[in-house]
Amino acid sequence: MSRKIPILLNVLAVAALGLFLWWAEHSLDGYKIQILNLIAVNIILALSLNLIYGFTGLFSLGHAGFMAIGAYVCSILILSPEQKDMLFLLEPAYDWVQHAQAPFFLAVIAGGAVAALFGILVGMPLLRLGDDYLGIATLGFAEIVRVVANNIPRLTNGALGFKGIPSHANLWWNFGWCLLTLYCILRLVRSNTGNVLKAIRDDEIAAKAMGVDVFRYKLLSFSIGAFFAGVGGALLASLVTTIDPKMFLFTLTFNVLMIVVTGGLGSLTGSVLAGVGITALLEWLRVVENPISFGSWELPGIPGMRMVFFSLALIIVILYRREGLMGMREVSWAGMLAAIGYKGKAQ
Amino acid sequence: MNTDMILEAKGLTMRFGGLTAVSNFNASLPSRSICGLIGPNGAGKTTCFNMITGFYKPTSGHTFLRGQELTGMPPHLVCKAGIGRTFQNIRLFNNESVLENVMIGCHLRQKTNWIQALFFTPGHLKEDKAIRKHSLELLEFVGLERLADEKANSLAYGAQRRLEIARALATKPGLLLLDEPAAGMNPQETQELMQFIRVIREQFDLAILLIEHDMKVVMGICERIWVLDYGVTIAVGDAAAIQSDPAVIKAYLGEECAHDA
Amino acid sequence: MTQAMFIQHLLNSLTLGSLYALIAIGYTMVYGILRLINFAHSEIFMLGAYFVYWGLTLVHLPWPLALALSILVTAGLGVIIDQIAYRPLRDAPRISALISAIGVSFFLQNVAIVFFQAIPREVYRPSWLEDPILLGEVRLLPLTLFVPALSFLLMLGLIYVVYRTKAGLGMRAISKDIETSYLMGVPVNRIIALTFGIGSALAAASGIMWALRYPQLQPIMGVIPGFKAFIAAVFGGIGSIHGAVVGGVMLGFIEIMTVAFFPELAGYRDAFAFVLLIFILLFKPTGLLGVKPEDKV
Repeated sequence: MSRKIPILLNVLAVAALGLFLWWAEHSLDGYKIQILNLIAVNIILALSLNLIYGFTGLFSLGHAGFMAIGAYVCSILILSPEQKDMLFLLEPAYDWVQHAQAPFFLAVIAGGAVAALFGILVGMPLLRLGDDYLGIATLGFAEIVRVVANNIPRLTNGALGFKGIPSHANLWWNFGWCLLTLYCILRLVRSNTGNVLKAIRDDEIAAKAMGVDVFRYKLLSFSIGAFFAGVGGALLASLVTTIDPKMFLFTLTFNVLMIVVTGGLGSLTGSVLAGVGITALLEWLRVVENPISFGSWELPGIPGMRMVFFSLALIIVILYRREGLMGMREVSWAGMLAAIGYKGKAQ
Repeated sequence: MNTDMILEAKGLTMRFGGLTAVSNFNASLPSRSICGLIGPNGAGKTTCFNMITGFYKPTSGHTFLRGQELTGMPPHLVCKAGIGRTFQNIRLFNNESVLENVMIGCHLRQKTNWIQALFFTPGHLKEDKAIRKHSLELLEFVGLERLADEKANSLAYGAQRRLEIARALATKPGLLLLDEPAAGMNPQETQELMQFIRVIREQFDLAILLIEHDMKVVMGICERIWVLDYGVTIAVGDAAAIQSDPAVIKAYLGEECAHDA
Repeated sequence: MTQAMFIQHLLNSLTLGSLYALIAIGYTMVYGILRLINFAHSEIFMLGAYFVYWGLTLVHLPWPLALALSILVTAGLGVIIDQIAYRPLRDAPRISALISAIGVSFFLQNVAIVFFQAIPREVYRPSWLEDPILLGEVRLLPLTLFVPALSFLLMLGLIYVVYRTKAGLGMRAISKDIETSYLMGVPVNRIIALTFGIGSALAAASGIMWALRYPQLQPIMGVIPGFKAFIAAVFGGIGSIHGAVVGGVMLGFIEIMTVAFFPELAGYRDAFAFVLLIFILLFKPTGLLGVKPEDKV
């Protein structure tokens, strides 16, 4: 198939998405739009974790930490100094925190960049560790971030967090960033460098013997993943308009891990599909947690039921279909066209 | 340091706690030679490979590649300097395709990077095409070009071994270390392998050091042979010398093989 | 700080340290034989406490019976978790079992939230533990002496099992080389089950004593102590029972004494363990008493 066809199809797909978003903005209620927004953010988070874990084989459980960093950096930059004046009740903010300002696009980039910086700082010592130790160490890092956020009121307003964060993160920004994330990670994974990352996942020793500077590429993958996790966190902050340290518990990382595992470790398509499915599922399960009224009867809500189903689902996936939905396969234009019988010119 | 020698190992010793795996290994490999490293199981042959390629840091001793000191370098830099290798228990990138496995080997010599990939720069596109072409050529050389898009772990055993060689060749080595390339082969395949190794040497202009148990292969193609037993070098020489060396016969070859060869 | 306060702090450290040590033992034993970080262990700790609460308030059992039953049930639960969620993954890549463990951990936490709701509950303390003793200027709850004492006895019992029984020999064999243990006729699955059982029993005991010491039951009460105990196990040398004990006790001391001498750091108390973890993983990943395995190329 000539090289032009996939490009054309991609453009069409993006245009279709644009049309869909335009329609959604005008026709759907706020609740459904919020779900769409969450879907976009979760896809960004899932793609970034998949890069680190699914493609490079680094079992990192620190995603919530990078998200927190992105969220706080972005919030500080988009809250106006007047708002910050009112928010920082415990203690006044540091001067540079008080006066820091940036337009939304740059604020999100800054969130990602600072997260990536921490990714490098944290990755340098920790990426030498093996599998499960890396998991625990990165989990420790995320917890340290949380505890620090709780204890530096002049920077983060401590346990109170931020309220009234300007909600710039609408469908266009979120899906825009989502497409950008998908593009970047897709290009990376498809390049020979992407092959190298997968080689590191498959057999580190052989990779070294083939001249791959394994440590350097682990660090690269880790910090790029951290960048997009920071972006996700930044968008999330603007989306939900309030953040506090309690938001960034291990549960958050767990949710992203769930999406990545269910979609398929090593499949970008899987992360996208699972991002849609799991976000929708989580929202749908909220039904179970809220009281349901049947006329004069009321079934009390069962808080925590959502996570019961969710964690059970993860156990079942890992026991019976650990490769998730897509395994390591991707959906490609060539594949889809072939499936409907169109072969086109031989490559 | 003699630069006619591609590899020089001087006094390489490897001790693990109280156990001495290799003791005072000395070797000089002439450029473009095919040499062999033999010995009973556990003699320390793979340990020598691991010391040379940087996976183990020798307890003492030095390695030189074309006069450049390699001792203590990490494996990826050793590869960069020009040593490629295969593994006793095949270590392919199982989830990647056959072609991707070879392309990963090419990555070392790549000039453009992933950032250029992001922006679709012409330089990157050109290099990507060149890498694919070169990788396919290597696959053709080992006879695997038709399987280019298959997953590496779906290949038959012999094909996997050939893929490992193609991958190692992709790193453009000056010295190729083969760890038991003939393992699991029948006599016909072994003959083909011997010829194949000679062709590799001619076509790629490199030296080859192999660990092997199959004496036909060793005696057939190796110009120089080192014999290890319990980590100690018990003999060095060409095929004829080794076959008639009493120490070697005693430790390793046995009566029958001595008559066969 | 007065001498009395100092002694108080020391004893509190010992108490907290013993509680960590008991939990840490469970982590280290499972890791030693299966190379698995049993994330669900912290929920076992929590459930031990909740089962006692149930036994006391719902079934109105006398204290000793509630204690014994709770430990038994919790031990059984630990075994069941292994059978259902870990055993099918014995041959899978290690991370799969780890993910399963994370799943079980969240599952149990949220089941507890659903059942017990997040309302903190209080466990009734028997009076003989409550009445303070006065030693000079030091005011002691008998509990503060009871915990280390009981922990010590339990650990002695464990040492006996591990070093003087056939089952214990099996445990040690499996932790060295599971393949060969199978071949040598060691009933591997049964011993693994036993290991989970013992580890869970100790964690339950710790949970119950924890609930007595800090009498607030919450479904998430296991998360932080569990994580810290795991860190203590790594600190002492993961896979080593002695290491777990040493690590646990030391962590207890570090936590309490640091805040005692630097009260302004109280808010960071929970972070000490994580910082300790990162340090130990960077500088001596095998821990204080651990041994480094060699990588085969």
